[in-house]
Amino acid sequence: MYILKLILRNSFRHRLRTFLTVLGITIAILAFGLLRTVISAWYAGVEASSASRLVSRNAISLIFPLPISYKEKIRQIEGVKMVSYGNWFGGVYIDEKNFFANYAVEGKTYLELYSEFILPPDQKAAFFRDRKACVVGRKLSAKYGWKPGDSITLKGTIFPGNWDFVLRGIYKGRDQAVDETAFFFHWDYLNETMKKTIPRRADQVGFYMIGVERPNLAAPVSAEIDKTFKNSLAETLTETEKAFQLSFVSMTEAIVIAIQLVSFVVIFIIMAVMANTMAMTARERIGEYAIFKTMGFGVWHITGMIFGESMCITMIGCAIGIILTFPAAKAFGAELSTFFPIFIVEDKTIGLDILASLVIAVVAAIFPAWRAVNIRIADGLRRIG
Amino acid sequence: MGAPFSYSLRNLWTRRLTTFLTAAGMALVVFVFAAVLMLAEGLQKTLVETGSYENIVAIRKGSGAEVQSGVDRGQANIVETLREIATGTDGKRLLAKEVVVLITLPKRGSDKPANVVIRGISVTSFVLRPQVRIVKGRLPNPGLSEIIAGQSIASRFRGGGIGETLRFGMRDWTVVGIFDAGNTGFSSEIWGYADQLMNAFRRPVYSSVIFRMRENADFTQVKSDIENDPRLTLEVKRETKYYADQSEMMAKFLRILGITLTIIFSLGAVIGAMITMYAAVSNRTAEVGTLRALGFQRISILKTFIMESLLVGLAGGLTGLFFASFLQLFTISTMNFQTFSELAFSFTLTFEIIAEAMAFSLFMGFVGGVLPAVKAARMNIVDALRAQ
Repeated sequence: MYILKLILRNSFRHRLRTFLTVLGITIAILAFGLLRTVISAWYAGVEASSASRLVSRNAISLIFPLPISYKEKIRQIEGVKMVSYGNWFGGVYIDEKNFFANYAVEGKTYLELYSEFILPPDQKAAFFRDRKACVVGRKLSAKYGWKPGDSITLKGTIFPGNWDFVLRGIYKGRDQAVDETAFFFHWDYLNETMKKTIPRRADQVGFYMIGVERPNLAAPVSAEIDKTFKNSLAETLTETEKAFQLSFVSMTEAIVIAIQLVSFVVIFIIMAVMANTMAMTARERIGEYAIFKTMGFGVWHITGMIFGESMCITMIGCAIGIILTFPAAKAFGAELSTFFPIFIVEDKTIGLDILASLVIAVVAAIFPAWRAVNIRIADGLRRIG
Repeated sequence: MGAPFSYSLRNLWTRRLTTFLTAAGMALVVFVFAAVLMLAEGLQKTLVETGSYENIVAIRKGSGAEVQSGVDRGQANIVETLREIATGTDGKRLLAKEVVVLITLPKRGSDKPANVVIRGISVTSFVLRPQVRIVKGRLPNPGLSEIIAGQSIASRFRGGGIGETLRFGMRDWTVVGIFDAGNTGFSSEIWGYADQLMNAFRRPVYSSVIFRMRENADFTQVKSDIENDPRLTLEVKRETKYYADQSEMMAKFLRILGITLTIIFSLGAVIGAMITMYAAVSNRTAEVGTLRALGFQRISILKTFIMESLLVGLAGGLTGLFFASFLQLFTISTMNFQTFSELAFSFTLTFEIIAEAMAFSLFMGFVGGVLPAVKAARMNIVDALRAQ
């Protein structure tokens, strides 16, 4: 009890220095937490995807389509429960800065496959009834102030022209991990328009979404699908939705690695600051440590005091940093919602925060403790400032 | 009378550990600062050098990028007949009809897939892009399934090396040459003849038409001629502008990330410097008092401490830059969000970045040192001398 009091008193002996150090650690932990959250946001699409859904696309690359006639062939394959399909539409709302994901999909099967998108029954019915209807996520509708019944025009980049839609429904995610910034409309609308304007590009889909009966059938079913279309004009590449999302993330891996590195650099920076504080503290108190030794206190006592002080300062900073991470992440997420639809602080991030602080505290205390332990009493007493 | 410079220097040496730790913190900040600037510079340089100012790109209106664009043969031929297009030495027009698609290729070693641009070219394409040189092998034969690969493709992707084959569009394609396009986006592309590729991909339209204007032709005139022609649904940009637009989102992302990181990190480093300097001041209270008693002015005390702090900043800046300069050996390859294709670029160090990084580190040193220095300068001589 007595030693705890001593540690606490010692920690606040230099108020200004302690305040500055705590501030530094708070900033570092905040930055570390935000950077880790950016990384988890990067993988959010992978986390949210299901293992019992497969994605089939053209084996050459994403920009090549598959014929609509594959639908029935895929449905005949054993283990396939449901087939939906769609296109990445790539429409732009007013200006290119207003980016959001928009897809043309076969509505009924798509909403059935994505049971995590929750749409009120009346809005669902209204969506199915109207060919020009679209459905958007809650966050997206809030961002642009759209209400059901509004008409929305997207400028096509892949499919030329201006496309008019009527908003018929706003979906909510089943949980926090679901992307609520997507925009869907009927594939039929796209296809019928293509038949009129560019017949060459009609009756083609960008991807098939396939629901399998049991998740463990995913591998044999995807192999079977790819075998069916082997050596055709449009060979398929089928993988689970998770693998599909992961392949996207791996293309931008360099950035993820850079952010990861940087998140450790910030810890190193603050380690230097904290080590500096502890080194100065220990140097100023070398005389005191010598007195402790003279009075017969052991090595562990002195070491414990230094480590305790380091731990105390770091943990205060860490706690404040963690508390601040949540509002900061909220503000950051709102600002960058175009890049990251999902921006939530994970429990794992908090764990890493605490771990990093512990490492900082220990590393910062090692050298001063070693010096305090090894100094000879006479030298310690002689030394001034 | 000012205190000697060696006084500041020797003070730093006396507190080696503290000085070292503070400078190390700053060095890391400068390192990150310089790295982000170098990355942005590298990206920009790559994309700016890819386009040349004299070249004009025509793509489908609203498509934004070659990959999404489609220019049918009829429209491409109409563009070819424009008066303003320059004529080459062989009497043909300096115009290339190109097709650009993406294919997914596995990387060497990791087998991870990435989207690679494959460009179907015309013979004129080499005249329009003088920066592209064959460094190994030969040009493809227009009648065969032959392709050439950019240097960064050849080294990083499976099947991209000379003599190797790639399979797409139900054919095997032999890589017969490797080309070097310097620090440009073309180094991350595969080239083959447009007619062969359009056949293989069953894609009957071009993606873009690239041409050079006659010497004294007026760009705005050409632009309005093409964009107002009712037979054409094209938009026209200078090639430099086209490639700058392609990297807009990526550059913005790097900028936001870079600025945010730098601000946060520099706060940490400034705090570190401040702690050090406050400690230096309070440790040397008696010393400061002595100096004042000897007749040194407040202003020279202020200068001494600021000088010390600036020296720490200088050391940090130099160390940070020293390590950052090694980054130039690395090449980053990532997917450009806008084109969905792989782009390789390297960290690029310029004199401006060096100057900015040094100014930044000195600024951090100054900010960290100014408050403690003021505290030292305002000390009362008698009180200071009595301290200890």
